[in-house]
Amino acid sequence: MKKNIKKNGKVTNIFLSGVGGQGTILASNILAEVFLKAGFDVKKAEVHGMAQRGGDVTTHFRFGKKVYSPIIKYGDVDFLLSFELLESIRYINWVKPEGKIVINNQEIFPPAVNLGLAQYPQDVEKAFKKHFKENVHMINGQEIAKSLGNMQAANVVLVGAFSNFFPEIKDEQWIDALKTLLAPKLHDLNVKAFYEGKKAL
Amino acid sequence: MKKELMQGNAAVARGAWEAGVKIATAYPGTPSSEILQDVASTYPEIYPEWAPNEKVAVEVAAGAALSGVRSMAAMKHVGLNVAADPFMTLAYTGVKGGMLVVVADDPNVHSSQNEQDSRNWARFAKVPMLEPSDGQECKDFAKIAFEISEKFDTPVMLRTETRVAHSDSPVVLGERKESTMTPGLDPKDTPKYVMVPAYVRVRRKFVEERMRKLEAYADKFKYNVMEINDTKIGVISSGVSYLYAKEAFPEWSYLKLGMVWPLPKKMIATFFKKVKKVIIVEELDPFLETEIKAMGYKVFHGKDVIPNMYELSPEIVERSLKGKAYKPPKIRVKPEDLPRRPPNLCAGCSHRPLFYALKKLGAYVFGDIGCYTLAAAPPLQALHACICMGASVGMAHGAMKALGSEGLGKVVAVIGDSTFLHGGVTPLMDVVYNKGNSTTIVLDNRITGMTGHQEHAGTGFTIRQEPTNMVDYEVLGKALGVKSIRKIDPYDIKGCMEIIKEEMAKNEPSMIICKDSPCMLLRRAKPLEKFKNPFYFINADKCRGCKMCLEINCPAISWRAGEGETKDGHKRKGTAYINRDQCVGCEVCVQVCKFEAIVPGQK
Repeated sequence: MKKNIKKNGKVTNIFLSGVGGQGTILASNILAEVFLKAGFDVKKAEVHGMAQRGGDVTTHFRFGKKVYSPIIKYGDVDFLLSFELLESIRYINWVKPEGKIVINNQEIFPPAVNLGLAQYPQDVEKAFKKHFKENVHMINGQEIAKSLGNMQAANVVLVGAFSNFFPEIKDEQWIDALKTLLAPKLHDLNVKAFYEGKKAL
Repeated sequence: MKKELMQGNAAVARGAWEAGVKIATAYPGTPSSEILQDVASTYPEIYPEWAPNEKVAVEVAAGAALSGVRSMAAMKHVGLNVAADPFMTLAYTGVKGGMLVVVADDPNVHSSQNEQDSRNWARFAKVPMLEPSDGQECKDFAKIAFEISEKFDTPVMLRTETRVAHSDSPVVLGERKESTMTPGLDPKDTPKYVMVPAYVRVRRKFVEERMRKLEAYADKFKYNVMEINDTKIGVISSGVSYLYAKEAFPEWSYLKLGMVWPLPKKMIATFFKKVKKVIIVEELDPFLETEIKAMGYKVFHGKDVIPNMYELSPEIVERSLKGKAYKPPKIRVKPEDLPRRPPNLCAGCSHRPLFYALKKLGAYVFGDIGCYTLAAAPPLQALHACICMGASVGMAHGAMKALGSEGLGKVVAVIGDSTFLHGGVTPLMDVVYNKGNSTTIVLDNRITGMTGHQEHAGTGFTIRQEPTNMVDYEVLGKALGVKSIRKIDPYDIKGCMEIIKEEMAKNEPSMIICKDSPCMLLRRAKPLEKFKNPFYFINADKCRGCKMCLEINCPAISWRAGEGETKDGHKRKGTAYINRDQCVGCEVCVQVCKFEAIVPGQK
């Protein structure tokens, strides 16, 4: 990974997906803060609109020496970081064959499933493993966050897990970004969530 | 040199601040809303205000500009339609202090009612338009716009779009520089600012002269940039489209336009000489293409291959230009086989019971712009028309005039509080004045909801949270001449049905105001306090699996299939299930259940 990230002109593409209210935007803000401070050009694009009303949320995050498009080219995702199972499989075609995938093991039913009109996809993990083998990592973000006393921290658990892919970024850089973006009263919880997440992958 | 990660909208606010702007106004609209929010929260030197609509916003900014103060008005693309009246004539009067009109387009309609290309407004109004592609350009272009505005005596437009307004990128910060102009009004300027025919004709000529000067300026404008690489193909592009093209074809040559109107004719001529073939990459309309073709150039590719609707992306640009040579990524799962996840009204939202009541009444509902437009989707399907801010009231009136007595008892207009103040008051006046008989329901949830909680004239607070006057909708309705004004509790489905039924049947104008029904996300209004119980759950002994409670489309309620029977022996194919983490205890489902199977829980 180290040489990957340092390679001249190479842009790394991270795609985040989840459901409104899961904190995907905070997670992508942490990534952006970390890689900007680490000296990279970064671009991050998200659709706000009605995400607050429980719709799907996606964020394109890119870093490298020079980043042009804020949107990742379809099929060019290096890392898929998903906060929900259905919202991970929805973007499976976006990932490069050698891409890496981190999925929060949580189901949030969309309305059609709630109404009994559609099936929630089964075996999401299996579908990913078929194509990406050992590059698929399932994280029980909710469980870990609950053990820390607050389900809301699941997004930072995921960020912690994800941080393992970037060994050249020090823990302090992640923690600094967390503290920059969160209110002081949330620091302790989220620092713990980060480290627990880091251990989980 | 401090570098910060900034959203495009925040960068626009920053640019205005650095340029010495003192007055900034807007009406919220995705994807532009954050501009004014950022001004209000970050820059005390600027006076910010939420205007009731975009027309007022432009007029307020115009008044400031005429006083010699730099000003800005921000809006989404459809907002400029509302503001078009002052804007089009402001192009004639010109300004004194620099004035910027920011307009944010929404290609692919992520959150809008149409997909218009605002570049057309610049040509239409004969004013210059700048188009940034990232945060740094948002800041730089917003800043330089004020120089252009004052130098050429014109309002300047800055066009962003969703992927620019809502993208974050690094921005180098600068310092604020106050304007050197002394504020003041001068009656001697009357011929310039009074647009009566004799004066208009003088200004009309000025506008054409200004356009010629701006064309010459465009050729020297430092953000119109030529990048000559491989000269086989040259791309003319602007904004985010340039970034997509650059991503897909970094090896080609580029003419990147920072100013999309007027066009730099000499520069374009030079570019055509330097490269063999020219491709025009632009989102939405063939704006540049039409103009460049009209100049007499042969364009190799443009809208013949690049779509003229929805948004572009690096993939679409690559696919369009490579044609059959494009190799798409492997399809592992067909995304169309997966259930979609459309947005939904929040658990406990006051719109849900109200629209359920309207559905039960079988009313034809003229809707408006807001979260409640979601009531059009199944299973509620209780909203039947929606075109623009404020339209519901006039449309219902028109329908009633068209249907005559046949329409009585069948038609209603619904409109949110912010939307009502934006564009619903005038049509309600029309209903009364022209002896109409339509019914208008004001869905007052105490805030501008969908765009993320902006204050308005009915909330009692300014954009900076200072207490201020609060419009009383009942008093307003009376002043307009509405005699039949009723208040309803939207959470009482039966009560709502009775009152709405009575009012729809009346042969006179009616106004119904939802009371005590704040947005579920508006913490200061304590929306949960009125609910008696913290949550409800399904009593499996009683649930017959009739699915009635699913009809309200509450995100907390789902269906669990599984054969079984109730305690008293009724066979069922499954039961409803309430997720207590999501349930807020609004009791709407309790009213819908015929078998008393939904019971209160205690935390």
